[in-house]
Amino acid sequence: MTTTLDFTPRPGAAPLSRMVLAQAGAEMRAMLRNGEQLLLTLIIPVLLLVGFSRAPLINVSGSRVDFVTPGVLALAVMSTAFTGQAIATGFERRYGVLKRLGATPLSRPGLLLAKTVAVLGVEVIQVAVICVVALAMGWSPHGDPLWIALLIVLGTAAFSGLGLLIAGTLRAEATLAAANLVYLVLLGLGGVVFPVARFPEGVRPILELLPITALTNGMRSVLASGGGFPAGPVLVLVAWAVVTLAVASRTFRWE
Amino acid sequence: MPDAANTRPAPGADGTPAVEVRDLVKRYGRTTAIDGLTLSCARGRVTAILGPNGAGKTSTIEICEGFRHADGGEVRVLGLHPSDRSLKARVGVMLQSGGVPPAMRAGEWLRLMARFHAHPLDPAALLDRLGLSEHARTPYRRLSGGQQQRLSLAGAIVGRPELVFLDEPTAGLDPQARYACWDVVTGLREAGVSVVLTTHYMDEAEKLADQVIIIDHGRVVAAGTPATLTGAERQLRFRARPGLNLDELLGALPEGSAAKESPAGHYIIEGQVAPGLLATVTAWCASEGVTAEDLSIERRTLEDVFLELTGRELR
Repeated sequence: MTTTLDFTPRPGAAPLSRMVLAQAGAEMRAMLRNGEQLLLTLIIPVLLLVGFSRAPLINVSGSRVDFVTPGVLALAVMSTAFTGQAIATGFERRYGVLKRLGATPLSRPGLLLAKTVAVLGVEVIQVAVICVVALAMGWSPHGDPLWIALLIVLGTAAFSGLGLLIAGTLRAEATLAAANLVYLVLLGLGGVVFPVARFPEGVRPILELLPITALTNGMRSVLASGGGFPAGPVLVLVAWAVVTLAVASRTFRWE
Repeated sequence: MPDAANTRPAPGADGTPAVEVRDLVKRYGRTTAIDGLTLSCARGRVTAILGPNGAGKTSTIEICEGFRHADGGEVRVLGLHPSDRSLKARVGVMLQSGGVPPAMRAGEWLRLMARFHAHPLDPAALLDRLGLSEHARTPYRRLSGGQQQRLSLAGAIVGRPELVFLDEPTAGLDPQARYACWDVVTGLREAGVSVVLTTHYMDEAEKLADQVIIIDHGRVVAAGTPATLTGAERQLRFRARPGLNLDELLGALPEGSAAKESPAGHYIIEGQVAPGLLATVTAWCASEGVTAEDLSIERRTLEDVFLELTGRELR
């Protein structure tokens, strides 16, 4: 009680960049500190990468690690941008965190920007870890890293839109359940480790419209085959991003 | 208590009140929570909003904070519409509960709040002032209820705001924590910060507030300084044998006095407590052959006023 504090009003907002970085830093620390999140963002992708590259569980032409790595990178993007973000945001809404942030100088667009920066920051860590593990197992990547960066950014936008759409409308518990269920379904259907070619011909065109399939196929066409601009997957991801973000911005309830 | 400082001109160069609410209406479905409420909170002063549960305190404060929209009437905060973005930096907010991610450490959250402002208070010093230094590294969910309240208060003032809204800042606090909170509110007032708080504690309003506003059923039922609300009237109370005939005593008392027995054996004389009153009452007791016990002269408390205005039934 001996500290002197000068309460004399001296209000003022910090520059937007400082607010966004501060909030993004806090969100990144929260994601990396949370055990369940870490399981989702790092441990499961790495286990799948090692497991499916080593064990003869799938039949692919060529090296298994070359097939599995692009899928696992796509899965990492989905786990952070969609599952992790949906669950975290759902509980932030429940605990009044979003409401309280609404009373600070950080604007809502600023908050969304901070969330995006945090998600991209975690993805950088995920990509680095997955690449190191894959390279250690003999992965030989091809293609232009620029297309990979583009796919990751578009995938992040599409999955963030989907995640925020769920988190902004459902209760926190329902968001938790829905986000995990969708994660599992998309993991199974989206060609992450099981090739889409194994599904019946009739459902394949539908599966290819899923954001996870688009991201996986795009990553694989560049990294495994050294393909150029992945036009089809980019189109699908842009469509998902535009629709989900537009609907989410209309339906999102902050309280 | 704050009479001495009342002579100092209030800050706020443009002369507008800190908060001005006129004919405010808020409905939730078919329920009218706020029904034509009008109030004004002066700059540089502490205003306490009192009212029973469901009276409309939190709704009013959350409309001023910009969290909810009014269905009617006008609200001005520092002369601006509550949704004006420039208010975010100038107004500090303490929610009734929550607002902090459960896993975030106390010090981490306060530093984050500080980073949103251009000239914040030192978060470590503020934690110290509120007795939270030892808990700086404790996750929010592991703090006690009182510690969470104090952290929330710290978050409301760390940006050095001109105006703070505190929604039940001391609910559930132990006496030490309450005094620490009162100490901060007093410090804010001395520094020229306008404070608007809601509370259920009458002693808190009496001690801290320059102005008390009592609301019930979404309307203001009384407003004024604690002293004007409790009035100049005094009461003389004593205990004696039940069933005394008070008519004779009333005849001996000055005009405008009232005497009643409530409950049995407890007598209350209301009116001008003139020097002769005590002598009159004791003389009458002597003539009745009874001894007056626990004889005392008291002012009405804010609680008496509150219960008179809002009734005693539970809600």
